[in-house]
Amino acid sequence: MPENQPDSLLGPFRVLDLTDEKGYLCGRILGDLGADVIKIEPPGGDPGRKTGPFYKDIPDVEKSLYWFAYNLNKRGITLNLQTNDGRELFKKLASRADFVIESFPPGNIAELGLDYETLSKLNPRIIMTSISLCGQKGPRRQYQPSDIVASAFGGSMYPTGDPDRAPVHISFPQAYLQGAEEAAIGTLIAHYHRQRTGEGQYVDASIQESLAWNAMNMPHFWEFNKVILKRVGVHRSWSSTSAQRHRVIWPCKDGYVSFTIYGGKTGAPTNRGIVEWMAGEMEVPGWLKTMDWDSLSIGTFTEKQFDEFAEPAAAFFLSHTVEELHQGALSRDMMLYPVFTIADIVKDEQLEARDFWQEIPHPELDDSLVYPGPFVKLSETPLQLKRRAPLIGEHNLEIYEGELGLSRVEINLLKQSGVI
Amino acid sequence: MSKQVFEGLKVADFSWNAVGPIMGSYLARHGATVVKIESWHRPDAMRGTPPFKDGIPEPDRAADYPWLNTGKYGVALNMTKPKAVEVAKKLVAWADVLLDSFIPGTMKKWGLSYEQVRNFNPRIVMLSTCNQGQTGPHSHRPGFGTQLTALSGIIHLTGWPDRGPDFPFAAHTDFVAMRFGLAALLAALEYRERTGKGQYLDLSQYEASLHLLSPLVLDYNVNGRVAKRMGNRSNYAVPHGAFPCRGDDRWCAIAISDDGQWHAFCQVIGEPAWTKDARFVTVLGRKQNEDELEALVSSWTVSVTAEQAMEKLQCAGVSAGVVQNGRDMNNDPQLEGRGSYEFLEHPVLGIHRYNYPSFRLSKTPSQIRRGHCLGEHNEYVFTHLLGMSDEEFTTLLGEGVFE
Repeated sequence: MPENQPDSLLGPFRVLDLTDEKGYLCGRILGDLGADVIKIEPPGGDPGRKTGPFYKDIPDVEKSLYWFAYNLNKRGITLNLQTNDGRELFKKLASRADFVIESFPPGNIAELGLDYETLSKLNPRIIMTSISLCGQKGPRRQYQPSDIVASAFGGSMYPTGDPDRAPVHISFPQAYLQGAEEAAIGTLIAHYHRQRTGEGQYVDASIQESLAWNAMNMPHFWEFNKVILKRVGVHRSWSSTSAQRHRVIWPCKDGYVSFTIYGGKTGAPTNRGIVEWMAGEMEVPGWLKTMDWDSLSIGTFTEKQFDEFAEPAAAFFLSHTVEELHQGALSRDMMLYPVFTIADIVKDEQLEARDFWQEIPHPELDDSLVYPGPFVKLSETPLQLKRRAPLIGEHNLEIYEGELGLSRVEINLLKQSGVI
Repeated sequence: MSKQVFEGLKVADFSWNAVGPIMGSYLARHGATVVKIESWHRPDAMRGTPPFKDGIPEPDRAADYPWLNTGKYGVALNMTKPKAVEVAKKLVAWADVLLDSFIPGTMKKWGLSYEQVRNFNPRIVMLSTCNQGQTGPHSHRPGFGTQLTALSGIIHLTGWPDRGPDFPFAAHTDFVAMRFGLAALLAALEYRERTGKGQYLDLSQYEASLHLLSPLVLDYNVNGRVAKRMGNRSNYAVPHGAFPCRGDDRWCAIAISDDGQWHAFCQVIGEPAWTKDARFVTVLGRKQNEDELEALVSSWTVSVTAEQAMEKLQCAGVSAGVVQNGRDMNNDPQLEGRGSYEFLEHPVLGIHRYNYPSFRLSKTPSQIRRGHCLGEHNEYVFTHLLGMSDEEFTTLLGEGVFE
């Protein structure tokens, strides 16, 4: 039976996780919330174990940092669903599980005879979640997925990047991870319903549609104003009624900072703060000093006005270090932020003060690795990072012998036959 | 209408911008009664964000607000008036869920911090979210997702290696953090049903967002490597990027991760002589000669439309897709074919699009109602839901409490 975790949100519940990189994080989220997540891999291990970076740069299926990151808080077994034995064993596991999550190409799970219709007959309470590029329905459902194509379909890639080059996505792929997050949300809505009514259901999650949220007002600019928002590099254009450019990223002496003009009472202290700070060190246009920032509507702040501000501002930023600007912004309570690298983040005093980082032992590496801690702080049932990601087949005996009652002889036979 | 998942669940939503409002809207889209509290003196910032109907910047003409707040009831409370604070307390006493995204300390000023609220509503589940969390030296720093993409490493990782960083569109971290927060909130609601226990959730959008860079954090901690931006290139696929197509600023994303896909790609483009070049027959060769390879791939993509490139490559099993602009997003055959949205009539915006959540639940599908105007449901919420007498409502109205 699932491990007893009375103090966690999903302690009594078990998840069977059949996903690849499109869905690892969905299982990880349920695991962080306390569920007993069993990652099911084909014999030899999930393909995602080949994704780097690797521990000490040694490419090894037991050393993928990508795998470590998104399979934390799971147990792991191997099972070959291409075999009859594998499918029968899976059905036994599913008959006592609460959730199944999968990210095979649409239709594959039905070909295996393990679709929701089949599993719900064995276990009417089961919730099954499928994660795919475009969902299980529609003309592009069978499209070959990739993270960059998901970003392209989602819309927020087109208006990102320099105007003289191609649209760019964020260099560390973000699309699959966000699709997996949304799948967890759908799964948990179904869970709330199941716990109240006893009725399980099927959740069909689309990575593209998850990403479409990130496109925010970009489709609306077309729908309402017939404007196509373009790439504007270090600027943003979505904050202005007529899609005019307002700079956001500024080079300084030793790096970059993020700063832009905002409207209304929210933006006023920042806008006033930068003008006063600049005016103490250099010439600034008079209208900036007399501007009624409290009643500024950012939608109507023109590119010309912005550029008149930008000329001295660019010189101002360039004459300071990131740290000077950061400290000055802190003391003036301004919305001016450093462009952090991973190294800066790891040293950040705010994260340290909140005790964010967590060390997790990896005994087989004779090491402990420091991971990002809980994604949210809960007062009664704090999330726990309980265990590192599983080794290949690490919990086969616990599950096949301990739970399903197979003998060692049977387990050996299954191993010999390529089932586990 | 079938019974909805959250029918009977009551939500007081003091949040603004994107993170909190989307959470509240997901609950509303599945049947919860969600009351969104705003003020004419300080409307939700999304009401000041373009585009606007007919380009006129008024709170009820902003296109994004109704989408982010679909299915809620909207009220206005001028919280500078003590009587408005009393009404707000009644709303919070009524609610099962309380959402806020103010700078830490704001709710406490009104007597609505979790410690205060649990005294009169011990079963409440409250979620507060801000950029950097409720505690720590930077907890009070103002900011939006625009700034948080800088702090959370995303800006540094966006753009070309030979240039400075680019600004990733809109507010990336808002959506990342919203999803983590909502997952936890949903689990906390089910836990409350099961155990009767409410609780408090402190969602730091910064911390949540870092989970999408976890492998890079490990890579730094273990290998000392500081991740850099790399345009559209990938360490695990080549060619990998967005390639120019026929037409004005049209692009097709292509990702080829193994020899099989490479051969399929070569066949689709008619196997020109260069595909037999010794430099391009191995994955290492393709990686080592990536600049030249990308130019050659582009020489094919510019000869076809983005749609043709996508369809031909997808037919051959190669991952490819149009880099969709705002018009494409409005005419996407997949979104239409999957039933991703519907058109509803809003009193000011007219008939416009509302999307469903990104997942389809087979037995309890989402049902949506249009977004609200500012203060549209004052009377319904205060007299009907909270049971205020008509007399009291009229008096408070006259005193400017509902503004």
